[in-house]
Amino acid sequence: MAEAGPAASLRGAVVRYPGRAPLGPVDLTLQPGEILALVGASGAGKSTLLRLLAGLETPSEGSVAIRPGRGRIGFVFQNPTLTPWADIQANAALPLELAGINREEARRRAAAALEAVGLGDRLTARPRQLSGGMAMRASLARALVTRPELLLLDEPFAALDSVTRRRLIDDLHRLWADQSPRPAMVFVTHDVEEAVYLAHRAVVLDAASGRVAVERTLPGALPRAKGWRSDPACRSAVEGLAGDLAASMPAVPHKADR
Amino acid sequence: MTRFLPSLLLIALVLAGWEIACRAFAVPAYLLPPPSAVAVALAERAPLLLASTAATFWMALQALLVAFVLGGGLALAVSLNRSAEQAVRPLAVALQVTPVVAIAPLVIIWAGLDHADRAVVALAAAVAFFPLFSGVLTGLKSADPDLERLFDLYGATPVQRLLRLRLPSALPFVLEGLRVAAGLSVIGAVVAEFVSGSGATQGLAWRLLEAGNRLRTAEMLAALLCLMVMGLALHAAVGAVERAVRLRLS
Repeated sequence: MAEAGPAASLRGAVVRYPGRAPLGPVDLTLQPGEILALVGASGAGKSTLLRLLAGLETPSEGSVAIRPGRGRIGFVFQNPTLTPWADIQANAALPLELAGINREEARRRAAAALEAVGLGDRLTARPRQLSGGMAMRASLARALVTRPELLLLDEPFAALDSVTRRRLIDDLHRLWADQSPRPAMVFVTHDVEEAVYLAHRAVVLDAASGRVAVERTLPGALPRAKGWRSDPACRSAVEGLAGDLAASMPAVPHKADR
Repeated sequence: MTRFLPSLLLIALVLAGWEIACRAFAVPAYLLPPPSAVAVALAERAPLLLASTAATFWMALQALLVAFVLGGGLALAVSLNRSAEQAVRPLAVALQVTPVVAIAPLVIIWAGLDHADRAVVALAAAVAFFPLFSGVLTGLKSADPDLERLFDLYGATPVQRLLRLRLPSALPFVLEGLRVAAGLSVIGAVVAEFVSGSGATQGLAWRLLEAGNRLRTAEMLAALLCLMVMGLALHAAVGAVERAVRLRLS
């Protein structure tokens, strides 16, 4: 019953900015429990698209339908964006406290969320005392604390080293699989291997037109089996997606890239 | 302590050179008294200088408080509305660029000639106003845009946003403004007292004027020393608060 209909959908959505190429029109449907990787060159409008799905931005044209109500959408930014003046338990409790849930209950649930991301023993740590990976885990706990139906991640692991990044992606899969019902997820990345490993489906945004260039269903079951990265199906999907991404980028180096 | 050793050594060296030069060249005391004479003046006039230091300090402190309440309050009000900011900012800048000496006679008339201390506080507050207004306003708008989005996402009320995001984000800027304003409030108080020139305020500026009129140069230098020490003390006090808050915040 609760599973009826998509988690979010865009119909001919266009976002115009003064002095910049517009994004869209974009059509996109996200099913409940689906993981979607959003790939594209920088400036293609990936972050804008994510903000549309979060309801943080209104389209200039077209429509956006988001099923989860306010507070049931989680957002993880490129930086951990934790507040330095509070410990990580208070940071993770923030979304609940903003929703008016009492402090005790909010902190108890924040502790559980931090436990789930492996920070159960660091509740009183300040953000500056955490490594980049741990801070990102805390940020993830904050996004998950409301048990979101839709989780939006904007290149969250881009600043981390590759070992930490792989570990966090496996943890993200585990957290996703443990939720009931599983949340729909949109993960922005410019790393095709990450996209193929992470998602059910990849969408490539074209840098020049701001439209969806390619949609590609990705092979294999989620969460990934051990050794999946070296599986031929995975390798060929990576090659395919890399080709799609290259085709979506301008042929001549853009002025801004020089 | 060892941190201050080089500057203490330098001060000792300068004082020694000064003392020797005064004696060797028989410099008239009204022109440049030796440090020993300044020390004697300082000791002889200690009660009066202390009272005057307290008077100036108290006026500067009041001015700082007034500037903080008015500047911070206005910045807070203005931060909630973009057009209000556009309306107020040029006026704040106009106040900032107007020399305090120039508006002093006017303020003294408004405060009433019998209330020179009020005029001094008002003028010093006018000088200290801008760094506080600007610091609070800049600070309130300095919150991480992604955190602002997060507060949007979770439907935070304006009060929640202010208390849980903007005010804590603003604090380092507020403290920085406070440090600058503390120094300015002392300058403002002294200048205003000079201009009022009535002696009713009995602050250090008045001691300077008085001693100057009587060519008691050693006493002038003693008053100047008191002013310097007071300024340093205020600066150090605000700096200590700033460091304590920073430590708690980060």
